[in-house]
Parts: sequence; C-alpha cells; structure tokens
Amino acid sequence: MNEMRPVYLLGAAVTPVAEHWERSLGDLAHEACAAALGDLPRTAVDALVVANALAPALQLQAQLGAALADACGLTGIEAWAVEAGGAAGGVALRQAALMIAAGAAELVVVLGAEKVSDVLDARREAATALSSDADWEGVHGATLTAQWAMLMRRYMHDYGVGAADFAPFPVNAHARAVANPAALYRFAVAPGRIAGAAPVADPLVLLDCATAADGAAAVVLASAALAGRFAGPPIRLAGSAVATDRLALHARRDPLWLAAAGQATALALRRAGLAIGDIGAAELTDPHGIAAALALEAGGFVARGSAVRHAADGRFGSGGVLPLANAGGYKARGDLLGATGVYQVAELAALMRTPGAPRATLAQCLGGVGATAAVTVLVRDDA
Amino acid sequence: MELPRHWRLRAARYRLLGARHRSTGEVVFPREPRHAADAWDDLPLSGAAELYSFSVVRQPATDDDAPPALLALVRLAEGPLITARITDCRADELTIGMPLEMVTRALRALGPDGLIVYGYAFRPLVWPA
Amino acid sequence: MRRPVNPVGITGYGGYVPRYRLAAHAIHDVWADGAGALPVDAKSVPGFDEDTITMAIEAGRYALRRGGIDGAALGAVWVGSESHPYSVKPSGTVVAEALGAGRWISAADWEFACKAGSEALSAAMALVGSGMAQHALAIGADTAQARPGDALEYTAAAGAAALLVGPAEAALARIDATVSYVSDTPDFFRRADRPYPVHGHRFTGEPAYFHQVRSATTALLEGLGTTPADYTYAVFHQPNARFPQLVARQLGFSAAQLAPGLLSPQIGNTYSAAALLGLCAVLDIAQPGDTVLLTSYGSGAGSDAYALTVTDQLAARRAAAPPVQAFIARQQAISYALYARQRGKLVMG
Repeated sequence: MNEMRPVYLLGAAVTPVAEHWERSLGDLAHEACAAALGDLPRTAVDALVVANALAPALQLQAQLGAALADACGLTGIEAWAVEAGGAAGGVALRQAALMIAAGAAELVVVLGAEKVSDVLDARREAATALSSDADWEGVHGATLTAQWAMLMRRYMHDYGVGAADFAPFPVNAHARAVANPAALYRFAVAPGRIAGAAPVADPLVLLDCATAADGAAAVVLASAALAGRFAGPPIRLAGSAVATDRLALHARRDPLWLAAAGQATALALRRAGLAIGDIGAAELTDPHGIAAALALEAGGFVARGSAVRHAADGRFGSGGVLPLANAGGYKARGDLLGATGVYQVAELAALMRTPGAPRATLAQCLGGVGATAAVTVLVRDDA
Repeated sequence: MELPRHWRLRAARYRLLGARHRSTGEVVFPREPRHAADAWDDLPLSGAAELYSFSVVRQPATDDDAPPALLALVRLAEGPLITARITDCRADELTIGMPLEMVTRALRALGPDGLIVYGYAFRPLVWPA
Repeated sequence: MRRPVNPVGITGYGGYVPRYRLAAHAIHDVWADGAGALPVDAKSVPGFDEDTITMAIEAGRYALRRGGIDGAALGAVWVGSESHPYSVKPSGTVVAEALGAGRWISAADWEFACKAGSEALSAAMALVGSGMAQHALAIGADTAQARPGDALEYTAAAGAAALLVGPAEAALARIDATVSYVSDTPDFFRRADRPYPVHGHRFTGEPAYFHQVRSATTALLEGLGTTPADYTYAVFHQPNARFPQLVARQLGFSAAQLAPGLLSPQIGNTYSAAALLGLCAVLDIAQPGDTVLLTSYGSGAGSDAYALTVTDQLAARRAAAPPVQAFIARQQAISYALYARQRGKLVMG
C-alpha cells in the first residue's frame, strides 16, 4: 500500500441527545457542524461526509449530502451520505480519513445526524428493522431488540448466566452519563432495579434497552498541515477499519460471535500499530448488556464467555481496565443510530483531553446485529 | 404494492425449498445465487427443527405483528439456522433445544387490499406431543 | 346413485383443528346472561396467523403423507370453503404450491356453504374415476364467520380436512358409491361483500338440513340395497351437536355408529370441513372391512352421501400423520375478549 498521510482530529461537537420536537434534521446538523468548525473559515472545508441511517424512511429524505451541506451553510462542497445502518458514523469517519490520508483533501467534516422523533408509531420500529434482512428476518417480525434478546437468551443458556448478570453494563452507562450534559438520561440506576423492569423483548427489559433519540455530532478531520493550528496535544485518528458479516443473523456459522466486530477491531489496531492492551477506554455499540458482552469477546478484549463476569468485577467501569460508555453509551447517552459512531469519537476525543486520560482509545459501532462493524482508533500524540 | 418480491420466494417460504451440495451433502436455506445449479440441487427440507433461541416481541415493527409475538432462531434438522415465528404456543412452553415442526401460516397481510404473504412458522410437536 | 368408471377410494386423509377454543358458556355470558341451552360445549378458533389456506395446507400435507405420494403426483388440488381468504384469487394455487404440486394440474376453489368440501370430493372421484388423473386432492376448510351475538356465533368454528382420492387398489377406504341431492332452499346465505351470513332460524331445520340429508342418505342406502345396520360408522354434517344425532335417529343409525365421527360438541361447526373431518376421525380408528356412511350438507341446499369400505391398507398408513383427536386434545381456552381480538371483531376506528 502507498504511504498514507496521518489524519488529525481538529474539532468535535455534539448536540444534546433528546426528543427535539421543535428542531429538524437540518437544524441539528447545523448546530453540530457550526460548533465543530468554530471560527475555521468555511472555505477551508474540502468535503462533508454525512452519516445517517433512517432519513429516507422517517423523513422521506434522501440525498443527504446536498441536503445537510445546504443546512450547514456549506452549499457547493463535495458532500455525500454513508448508509450502513448503525455503523454509518464509523464508516463515514473512515471514508473521510481515507480522503485525507490519500492526499485528496486537507480538511473534511464528518457529520452524523439522526432524527427519530418525527415518526411516533410502529413505523419507527420498522425503520430500525431496516438493517435486518428484509426477506428472511423482517418479514417474520424480527426487530433489532428481539434479535439481541435471542442472542442474550442463547448466551445465558450456553454460559450459565442469568439475565440479572448483565446489569453492570446499564448501571455503568447510567453512572457515566450523569456527568455528560448532552446525555439523554443523566441519572444513575441501582443494579437491583434492572431485573424488575418491564419486559421489552424477553429476556431484555426496559432498563437494559437503549432509547433511540435525536441528535447530531460533527468531527473535523484534517491533515498534519492544518493540525498544528490548534493548541494542546493533537489527537490522531491512528487507525480505522470496516468489516462485514452475513446480513442475516441466522446465516452466521456462530451467531454469538460478532465476526465483523472482531475483524474490524483487529485491523484497526494493526493499522494504528497498537495492541489491544494499549486501549485505555472504549465506546461500543452497547444498546443492551449482551451487545457489549459479545463485542468485547469478539474484539478480543476478554475471553469468550467471560464478559459478564469481568463486568461484575468492575473491569468496564470508571477506573477499570477498560472503561466503557464513558459518556453514557447507547443506554444513557442515547442511541443515535447512524450518527452514533460520530458521537463516540467526539466523546472519546473530549475524554482524551481530560487530565489522566488514556492515550489511546477505540470506538466501535455496528450496523444491525453486527453485519457492519466500523472501528476507529484514536491516539493522543503527547509531546 | 409489493408483489414480485414475495412471489419469487414462494417455494422457499411455503415448503422450505433449500439446496444440497452434490458432493459434500451440505444443505443450505435459503438457496442463494452463489449456490449454482452445476453443484447444488433443489431440496425441500423436512420442517423438523430444534429451538436455538427465542424472544417475545412486545414492540413490533408493524401493526401486523400482533404482540406479544414469539420470534425464534430455529435450527433445521438438515443443518441451516433460520429466523421464524413460533406459533400456537405460549412463551412459558418453550425451552432451548426442544423439537419443533414447520407449519405454513399467514406471515402478514400487505394492507386490507393487499397480498397475504404466507410462509413458514414453527410450533411444538402436536403428535406425538 | 353414482359410481365412476374406474373404482376409486380414499388413498390418504388429513384433519386439522386450530388450538384455540371458545367455550359456549363464555359466549352465553356476554350475550345471554348465562341462561338457556347451549348448542355445543366449545368451538375451535383460528390463531392470528391462520386462515382457510393455511389450514388446508396442513390437512393436505397429512393426506399426502398417508397417501405415500409426493405433491408432484397430484392431478388436482381443490379447496372447498365459504371463507376463502380472497374473494377473487384461488386458494387452490397457494395450497398446490405449498404441497409441491406441479404446474400441469387443475386447481380451483369450491363454494357450497358447508358442502363445498364434499363437492370437491365428488369432483375428485370423477377426475380419478374417469382416468383423467391418478390422484386428486379434495379439501374442505373453513374459518367460519358469525355476527357477534348471533346464534351462529356459538358454533361457527375452524378446521380443515383433506381427502386424497386415488385408484381403489391403493385405497385406505374404497368409495363404493355416492349420491348428490340439491334443491334451491335459502336457509342460510351471505350476500357478496357482507361480513356475516344470515340464517332462517327454524327454516334451517326440517326443510333444509333434515330434508337434504335424509334424501341423499336414503337414496344411497336404497341404491346399494343396504340398511343402517350394514354400516360400522355413520358421519353426518354437524352444524351443532343435536342435528346429526337427530337425523341419525330418524334414519335408524345408533349413537354408537355416530359417536367416533361426531366432533361438533367439542369443536363446533367446522363448515366445509365438518363431515370430512368426522370421516377422518373415523378412519383414525377403523378396522379392515368396516363400512362408513358419510353424508354432507350445504345450505342453499344439498347433500352428498358416500358409502365407504375400509381396506387392510389403512392400519399401516394412518400412523404417518397425527390423528384428529390429537388436535382436539391440543387445546387452549380463550376468553371472549381474546376471541374478539383474534377474530378482528374489535372496532379499531
């Protein structure tokens, strides 16, 4: 492969995650984009990569590159949208990074935007299910939540754990969201409350299910030439990778093994020149404890069948070996669908600028039940 | 109205028409484009199956999926794993590993003027129970 | 009296009854303060995902299994029902496709109130008996509809029965002869595009059900030179528990002859399936040499009567599929409220 140029993260911003009744997809996109660019001249922006999952289904709006470039005051720019279900954010980040690495652009804005509250009936759940296999899963009434629930039940069966054993994941997520002003749910949840919550898709209960909400996040990526214009140690997008798996969950040889997540994680780490032990904090697609557990196992962070036990030991909490959901994760920050991958990187970048923060972090987002996995590795180049 | 996309899948949906590799004996369902005719033969599967996992869908994706509906991953006797609804059953009657049998049911109606889509669902054995 | 040129018989059969039951007293509690006589104990109710087509497919599969043939060997797939899911679009082609039948066959739907299934059976006899086909599948299936609160609501049930007709030498039960009798008698009907049928109350009795059933049965007995005592079993269309028992008595059949095929007290009136399902239940227990008299009835009105003789092939092949009693035993009682939801009787605005 040709020599690739390093890619730096110049700025990042997110809107609060909420039900933004009075604001449109474009309104949210504009806020995040403007905040991320700050006083950078708009003429410095070479391209806009949009990440979104549901606008064609919920807003009946496609061609989001032009639509959101327009909304952000960037009309005329090269712009397009990435569609990869819940992995769109991570895929968009990688596409933008590749443009810069290849020398095709100096500064690219990655904009994740999702607006789910425009539609309130079953169409919303149907839109979420778009990322499953329409002919062989969707037609039978499969929803993403139910698919994670089936994996959870099988995991419980195979490894002899109970539904309540997954509680440390949502408990940690809620605890970490308290300090995040942009989070959807800024309150802690007691471990004992999880198991007694109302069932959503048995064995998944309400307090182990993320809520989809509205928001936008923007990340500004740039080449080394522009990176020096900002104060503080630069954060480098040191590696990224995208991998895919069989679209239908049932078509996988081993449904409890998120192969794409494992493959993308390994590849991104290799591209960053890092080992798994170098990662000091991570963001995962963790709408439910089971999703985090399977991603951790496939990613090689813990041994197969052990994620739940490690969670009970505090490994993934604040101060643990690998803190997760550092700004609340899917469960408490909220599920931004196609925008989530951009939120994750913005959150990790902010974390990495706090005192004592890890030097290397990893963000992983999944489309559907892991048919697409996108991983981004960030490294702070301390002086 | 969605007609062709359901129509073209009828053999697989109505009677589990899969395919078997002529030399390895591997069975696939559904048959995909890569299962070329020079190596794979059509094979209607028996419908005998085992419950791999299941969930109770309480927030359905369409108004057609009368909640609570039982969604399952089902291991067919010939090997493939498929997604299907469990019918004629309550959740408390299900356990992982139990035998199931295929039945053909109405999966959904595409609106009051639309097509009724039929396909496979599974249920606990009726006989011998 | 009719006999095909080539002798034919039932070479396979299959019955199906849905899992859900609505007790007659549950209906009575809603509409009649729980007082008065009940026409049946309970009726079968189809699940959310069931209709005439799905039930016909299941019964058809069992018939093929007992027949020991592939769907590809069928020359006709005929479905009799008064509750076809489509007003226009055959149930028969869906059922044929699901059973793996070939393309070069006859497939169609029959309608004659509760006699549509036996009409298909007579046609199948003719097709096979004339040599135009080796095997023909006749199915009666219904998810009968009734206006809430109407007397029919107690009995309008769901079920399916499939009879595979083939050459007599392969038969589990030979069909010795048949009689068909019809008259224009408007005892029960449903106008096009109306959701529920109407019925003539007591007019459905003597001039309708009893006249047709007696006429066809008597003609068959006389044609064959037989008497009721010559039959091991008798099965009549069963719109409720009382009518078949009364007509059996009028004709001189005993309660013992009637009992194995009398399913209506437990599952209600399965309309196009009712008489055929009773026959299936009899074949589940019959022995070689046993004889069966079967008379259907359809409003509007008419009856088909058949005389059958069980062969020594039945015992070995009936175990290939579940007996009707397995479906009758498999039951989950539901409330009137759940029934109303399941059958789409709640006004959704």
